[in-house]
Amino acid sequence: MAATSDALLAAADPAWRPSRGKTGTACLIAMESFFFGTFVVAYLFYVGKDVAGPTPKECLELGPAIFCSICLFSSSATVVAAVKALARGSRAGFEFWMGLTLLLGGIFLAGTAIEWKGLIEDHSLTISTNLFGTTYYSLVGFHAAHVTAGVLVLGLLWTLSKLGHLTPSDAERVELVSWYWHFVDVVWIFVFTSVYLISTGVLS
Amino acid sequence: MTTLSTTPVTEPAEAAREPLATRLHRWAITVDHKRLGIMYIASGLVFFVIGGLEAAAMRAQLARAGNDLISPQVFNQLFTMHGTTMVFLVGMPVLLGFGNYLIPLMIGARDMAFPRLNAFGFWLFLFGGLLLYFSYIGAQGLYGASVAPDVGWFAYAPLTDRTFSRGNSTDYWILGIMVSGFGSIATGANLVTTILCMRCKGMTLLRMPMMAWMMLVVGVLVLTALGPLTAAQVMLLFDRHLGAHFFDPQQGGSAVLWQHFFWFFGHPEVYILILPAFGFASEIIPTFSRKVLFGYPLMVAATVAIGFISLSVWAHHMFAVGMGPALNAFFSAMTFIIAVPTGIKIFNWIGTMWGGRIRFEPPMLFATGFVAMFVIGGLTGVMLAMVPFDWQVSDSYFVVGHFHYVLFGGTVFAIFGAIHYWYPKAIGRMLDRRVGVWSFWILFIGFNLTFFPMHISGLLGMPRRIYTYQPDRDLELWNLISSLGVPIQMLGVSLVIWNLVRSAFKGAPAGPDPWDAWTLEWSTSSPPPEHNFDASPAVGSARPLWDLKHPEDPDGRYE
Repeated sequence: MAATSDALLAAADPAWRPSRGKTGTACLIAMESFFFGTFVVAYLFYVGKDVAGPTPKECLELGPAIFCSICLFSSSATVVAAVKALARGSRAGFEFWMGLTLLLGGIFLAGTAIEWKGLIEDHSLTISTNLFGTTYYSLVGFHAAHVTAGVLVLGLLWTLSKLGHLTPSDAERVELVSWYWHFVDVVWIFVFTSVYLISTGVLS
Repeated sequence: MTTLSTTPVTEPAEAAREPLATRLHRWAITVDHKRLGIMYIASGLVFFVIGGLEAAAMRAQLARAGNDLISPQVFNQLFTMHGTTMVFLVGMPVLLGFGNYLIPLMIGARDMAFPRLNAFGFWLFLFGGLLLYFSYIGAQGLYGASVAPDVGWFAYAPLTDRTFSRGNSTDYWILGIMVSGFGSIATGANLVTTILCMRCKGMTLLRMPMMAWMMLVVGVLVLTALGPLTAAQVMLLFDRHLGAHFFDPQQGGSAVLWQHFFWFFGHPEVYILILPAFGFASEIIPTFSRKVLFGYPLMVAATVAIGFISLSVWAHHMFAVGMGPALNAFFSAMTFIIAVPTGIKIFNWIGTMWGGRIRFEPPMLFATGFVAMFVIGGLTGVMLAMVPFDWQVSDSYFVVGHFHYVLFGGTVFAIFGAIHYWYPKAIGRMLDRRVGVWSFWILFIGFNLTFFPMHISGLLGMPRRIYTYQPDRDLELWNLISSLGVPIQMLGVSLVIWNLVRSAFKGAPAGPDPWDAWTLEWSTSSPPPEHNFDASPAVGSARPLWDLKHPEDPDGRYE
């Protein structure tokens, strides 16, 4: 009796099975997208609904934000180069490109810190000042928290490589971390558009 | 196909007697999906009893007009805790627990895709639930205000504002649900990954048991719905503790935005709670009708369609808020549309039973009861999708009747069916059939006695979430009947629990396949060994055990 079923199976195993790591990471990214989507919706919903100042137009500067954005977007390219270098077996190449990624991520975070210092000291804008402060700090803050988490994990990978614990066989795992990093970049496209272009009136 | 266990039907092997502490420790550190599934279901049942007692207290208060058994403050806490418990600490964990237990067995896998994440998810759920209930002790806070959360399970703003909800009860609601929500997210991701990546040889997507399809869609819905809920709860925490203004109308914030965020989670959540029940019915009904599931591909299509449409029906909870005719019309239309794939499922189950050799064992009784009760709940749902009708009965007991037919008559009946169906697999012993039949009928009568009159009292104007009502509005009789159903339901649930406990010791040995079923979980011993299958299974159709038992006519020929 088993022979019949086995004969049916003998041809091939037709089932399609994606990689576990990739599927799990995609699930995490899907969930996070909806999480960030909610904050973006809240931000856009409240644009122009404040009963007190300051407004985004008065206190957000486009120049530094564009510079930081370029750094963050470039880091998506450098992290790809790092994964490729690891897959090739080039440890030095991996460490160079990963180091550059960390530097660019660090510049982005420093830019956020400088911007927040200016907003708090020069414009007296905190999370409780008005709706702009509430939605701005939550949205940008959660994004920065995710960048920080990314920098920590990428830094861990860099350290592991320095200690000689990373081999080309780890390339898929490193690639999954890079997916997360790309995701953080994509979120920034939406945050940048909402905060620096739409709410300041550059795009309206 | 050499996987069918040849173990004869004997007494389940007596586990070597280890000290109790060792055995408990084994459960606490386990990453085995079967143990975690059982722990999910068992703790869910404990919370079910607690939530049920809260409901019983409310019904006792409402049995007579102008009753003063329970104060308004305590009543508010009771309906908040009842709703929160039943949704987050009963429905989610029991259903995810069944997913945990069954999915790897059904798809022929060794375990879930991420076993340690799985254990982490369970403990997050359990401690989230305990955190919520700790509010009874810890929520006095600095202000000596309300003890347990009392803002409703949906926690509408601005009632949750610091001004109106002093003390820390609302914070316990936020944090308890958030923590257990992280656990659900972990389990959701785990289910999706397991189903997509861990299927055994030969199991294409269209050869999966229907239950696996349901859990796949549920996993995706958990991922899409819990993110927005967590985000909204974070906003609420910021409002309460950092002075933010998300939901503070005085500073331009919007209380309606909270409703949108909450129901964007809340309505997919309803489908998270009902789709696994559809899965149970789709496994039980074919087995006890001795027929293959009618319209498998259509069932899959309907499930996926429900998954998508469920993301765009949320604001039908808000018709009375004043969203304007355009939004009202859109959400009303979407709600009608989602009834179509749901109706397809009902017809498929009836089509499966049609002409079958039906055996009314307890699982089949509960599954049939589920279909009947769910049809009533579904039809009142279509009534409520009509905006003018909804305006008339919004926030009345008609709505309470409607969603209890869906979530109790639907989900809970299906859960009891699933318990009766898979208990022999998990424990290795049969439940007592006679007690099972009695508990079904008692529960069925008690359930209808309690919840059917709610439609009438609701139409007569009985409002929800109110601790008492006036004596001269013709509401006494219907409320009294509703309350009289409660002790009958309690008897039914007690019988089920007694049966569960007693049969674990005294039930007849089950053997690997007591129901003569067709899916892979019945091919291994009962209870299954820690590694599930002695040899990796391979399948050639959607009913591998049918193929094994009927080699002259395997299903694969008709694919």
